[in-house]
Amino acid sequence: MRYSGFRIIKEALTGHKGWGPAWRNPEPKKSYDIIIIGGGGHGLATAHYLASQFGESSIAVLEKGWIGGGNVGRNTTIIRSNYLLDGNEPFYEFSLKLWEGLEQDLNYNAMVSQRGVLNLFHSDAQRDAYRRRGNAMMLHGADAQLLDADQVRAECPFLDFDNARFPIKGGLAQRRGGTVRHDAVAWGYARAADSRGVDIIQNCEVTGFRIKEGRVQGVETSKGFIGARKVGCAVAGSSGAVMAKAGLRLPIESHVLQAFVSEGLKPLIPGVVTFGAGHFYVSQSDKGGLVFGGDIDGYNSYAQRGNLPVVEDVCEGGMAIMPMIGRARLLRMWGGVMDMSMDGSPIIDRTDIKGLYFNGGWCYGGFKATPASGWCFAHLLSTDKPHETATAYRFDRFQRGAMIDEKGVGAQPNLH
Amino acid sequence: MIIDHPLLGPRDAQEFTYLGDASLIDRPDWQATDAAEQFFDYQYLRDNPAGLHKELWFHEMGDRSWLVVTRNTLTHEITKVELARDVARKRGRGK
Repeated sequence: MRYSGFRIIKEALTGHKGWGPAWRNPEPKKSYDIIIIGGGGHGLATAHYLASQFGESSIAVLEKGWIGGGNVGRNTTIIRSNYLLDGNEPFYEFSLKLWEGLEQDLNYNAMVSQRGVLNLFHSDAQRDAYRRRGNAMMLHGADAQLLDADQVRAECPFLDFDNARFPIKGGLAQRRGGTVRHDAVAWGYARAADSRGVDIIQNCEVTGFRIKEGRVQGVETSKGFIGARKVGCAVAGSSGAVMAKAGLRLPIESHVLQAFVSEGLKPLIPGVVTFGAGHFYVSQSDKGGLVFGGDIDGYNSYAQRGNLPVVEDVCEGGMAIMPMIGRARLLRMWGGVMDMSMDGSPIIDRTDIKGLYFNGGWCYGGFKATPASGWCFAHLLSTDKPHETATAYRFDRFQRGAMIDEKGVGAQPNLH
Repeated sequence: MIIDHPLLGPRDAQEFTYLGDASLIDRPDWQATDAAEQFFDYQYLRDNPAGLHKELWFHEMGDRSWLVVTRNTLTHEITKVELARDVARKRGRGK
């Protein structure tokens, strides 16, 4: 069933009796060509593009709980492609282009809102670094605009421009960045994949891999063994735990990242604003809540909740650029588990086990990557070759010394 | 989180900085024939368990000792705290 304005009118006139479930709830078959582990944004996007772009017809997505219940349901919904390094920028720009056409592709309202992302700078040196990053973005076909303090003031008059310690000197804006309704991304991909025959199997936990002579035969699950020619794992946050079942150790640590939402306020913040001298970013949801966050807690965790020192640190960042935030009451805060990789960049690659593929290590930037991650993982699963924008996201980059370290802090996951 | 320092008693985790898995104590022999591979393992690969995790914390705002803390990554509960130098010596390091 296609969604359209016409359809809404028709349903309104007939008592809304024609809306069916958006996807089926099938029992698993004995085997599939391709199994995706993880019914989050990345896994569902992979299934959608496998079916729609690569002509695969026998696909299952296995999800331990319910789809969209992991990090795609727990993030701060920002999309952007403002990276510096060659290994990253083409990939994230590909992702942003896919976001721009996502709703037409999926026939689903994901509320993609290109309201702009503004990174503030606070010193001359930082302005130069941002100018360089803006130039790198434009060289890869992305948009970037360097604003001076007056231009920022015209857009965001509520910021603390004359802060004694961190005066705001300007910002780097990406107008095509913005926010997306995160749950709708999971639901939209699920509905689109399901309509092309992908079996989405919820409450089906993968408990082990069946591996024979170095080749994967399928997966053991809470619903019994399911055979597969190829298995793709897209469970960022739990990558270490799941891949350990196949006997693999990863260049990844799991860390907790907290996020916060204030009470609903009148329209205030035009886009996404980030602090350049500490780690703080804020946007405003369509319901009016200020959505903000900062650093990871900094220690290994699978607990999906953090501790108070980071709450204090994030709030200090907020008060530094936007003192009025101190008057807003906090409504909700939560923690999500991040795959923190050793260079702060993701991995989309084969493993040493034939037929077993891996997608993870998204650190705390996985949401914006969802469409390109799905597309590139589908490309790899179907053709056995990395997509042209994801050639750098290999496991062996650490051995080869070809790290993609945007922050330049080395193999110290809690600093990325 | 409160870390029960073996010398100083219970201290707020904010006084510490975190390094990572306590296996980082076991630095490989740089003269081994497969030193490059061993160092790759040592530097980049992690067990990353969901459950008990032995990890290194540095008491930066305190006595600047390194601790090996056993902590459950699912609950953040700390069950054991040792001085890293004692752990390292037990493993035959620093002789």
